[in-house]
Amino acid sequence: MIYLTRKAEFAASHYYHNPEFTPEENQRIFGKCNNPNGHGHNYTLEVTVKGEVDPRSGFVVDLKQLKEVLNREVLDAMDHRFLNKEVPEFFTRIPTTENLAISIWQRLAPKLKTAQLHRVRVYETSDLFVDFYGEA
Amino acid sequence: MKAHLTRRYMFSASHRLHNDAMSEAENKATYGKCNNPYGHGHNYALEITVSGPVDESSGMVCNLTDLDAFVEREILERFHLQNLNTVPELDQTVPTTENLSASIYDILQRGFTPAHLEKVRIQETMMNSFEYAGTNEIRK
Repeated sequence: MIYLTRKAEFAASHYYHNPEFTPEENQRIFGKCNNPNGHGHNYTLEVTVKGEVDPRSGFVVDLKQLKEVLNREVLDAMDHRFLNKEVPEFFTRIPTTENLAISIWQRLAPKLKTAQLHRVRVYETSDLFVDFYGEA
Repeated sequence: MKAHLTRRYMFSASHRLHNDAMSEAENKATYGKCNNPYGHGHNYALEITVSGPVDESSGMVCNLTDLDAFVEREILERFHLQNLNTVPELDQTVPTTENLSASIYDILQRGFTPAHLEKVRIQETMMNSFEYAGTNEIRK
């Protein structure tokens, strides 16, 4: 089994708010991140796929195709966007780094043909990242 | 759904690698420059990985403010700008980064309850790092 990781960067804004919480609860739980005007990050995404090496091509996955899927499914939807307002899953889900990793997994997993998705890692800053392995 | 969250913290400390049970020559042979009796220091980068189900109402594995407060109080307060040979957690051992990793893991394992501790990783310099996950396998 070989693991291959492809990296991408995108910039987006977001804020944290749960309409079921009172304003005080939102403020207490989410602090500064609750500002409804949003704030932004330069996100770094690392997508790791795994599989056996194809004996003819020597590839686990065609990187060109992986890049196209990444661009279409993730970067076109999220780069330079306000996540809460422009990315449908975040109309109802809070766009935390945890949920971002889950959402990116759900966007990519059904589109990958040859290799299997192993891990989605999203860096919100260099000091904070989330890994999602598709676990229930 | 279960996610893993990793947070990085920086701290600086000094240490001397020396074992009283070894002869002077053996200490020198084992620890080399790190055996200098006056000690030397590092800027350590500590990465803590916790895991758990993503809470639906907050979208979080655990609130970062809880993790930050715990680490500040229980770890950085204890080790930042200290001589590790004099810190109670390490004064009976050789304060290698291996032992430091295990000591920090134990502090978290004992006291941090909001999420499951997966592992501790410490980068001592740009060129070396150590990971400790208790008796568990480290997941890549």
